[in-house]
Amino acid sequence: MRTMRAIAVAGVALAAALGLSACGEEQQVTVYQQGKYKGKPDAQPWDSPQFGGKEAQWETEINRRALNQSEYSRTGRTGG
Amino acid sequence: MARMKFICDVNRCIECNGCVTACKNANEVPWGVNRRRVVTINDGVPGERSVSVACMHCSDAPCMAVCPVDCFYRQEDGVVLHDKDLCIGCGYCFYACPFGAPQFPQAGAFGLRGKMDKCTFCAGGPEANNTADEFRKYGENRIAQGKLPACAEMCSTKALLGGDGDVIADIYRQRVFVRGKGAEVWGWGTAYGPPKGGQPAPQPGAKS
Repeated sequence: MRTMRAIAVAGVALAAALGLSACGEEQQVTVYQQGKYKGKPDAQPWDSPQFGGKEAQWETEINRRALNQSEYSRTGRTGG
Repeated sequence: MARMKFICDVNRCIECNGCVTACKNANEVPWGVNRRRVVTINDGVPGERSVSVACMHCSDAPCMAVCPVDCFYRQEDGVVLHDKDLCIGCGYCFYACPFGAPQFPQAGAFGLRGKMDKCTFCAGGPEANNTADEFRKYGENRIAQGKLPACAEMCSTKALLGGDGDVIADIYRQRVFVRGKGAEVWGWGTAYGPPKGGQPAPQPGAKS
């Protein structure tokens, strides 16, 4: 009788130990990390025969072109 | 430094699809791939609105975040591009993109999915500028020629504006002030700032 009780107590203790072993404090939230580009390097837009690496010249030309999209600046009118 | 962006003025877009045609023609985009398309809301109903949509070259691009092979990169001028030699055509970017920009060419009898293709802001890709290789893989590199994207330059009503975000926002702001409406909408000040000197102040609710 005493042996049976000892086995039962040991069984309960073992079950409790196994059951609680999954209750750790492990971090469950994944930390997102942005990947780094792994492809081929690209040339800058101003690295062309037309601009010869002059970034300021390229930017001026692009902005001049962008302003052409406004009728008001093309025609000199302010609208209305 | 310029930050390249598109704005589509829905009050001007007439759904002519000139931008779509210009893009297809300039970049020789294959059949079934649409780097740009025109979406119409309330089609056929008075007050319908159309908007031309393509890659918006997001400042915090979700396609870039989800790509398992990290084939996306952002140029100094803000244009988001990708390396087709690295792309595996998985389609994650398509699901991540809120604008449906990534396109996948279909080929073969079994619907084989090719490498991703999307709007490049006519800035080519990771090949030497204006070479045959660059054109074959990514299309025309107009930006390296000092030009703007073909779609924006071809737009007949100038609804679609492309270029440095500050410059095109100024153009759009001026239009709205001339129209006399639009600036009363919520978030306007955050998006476009207060009126600049010499421009008329917007009249809330006024008709153009």
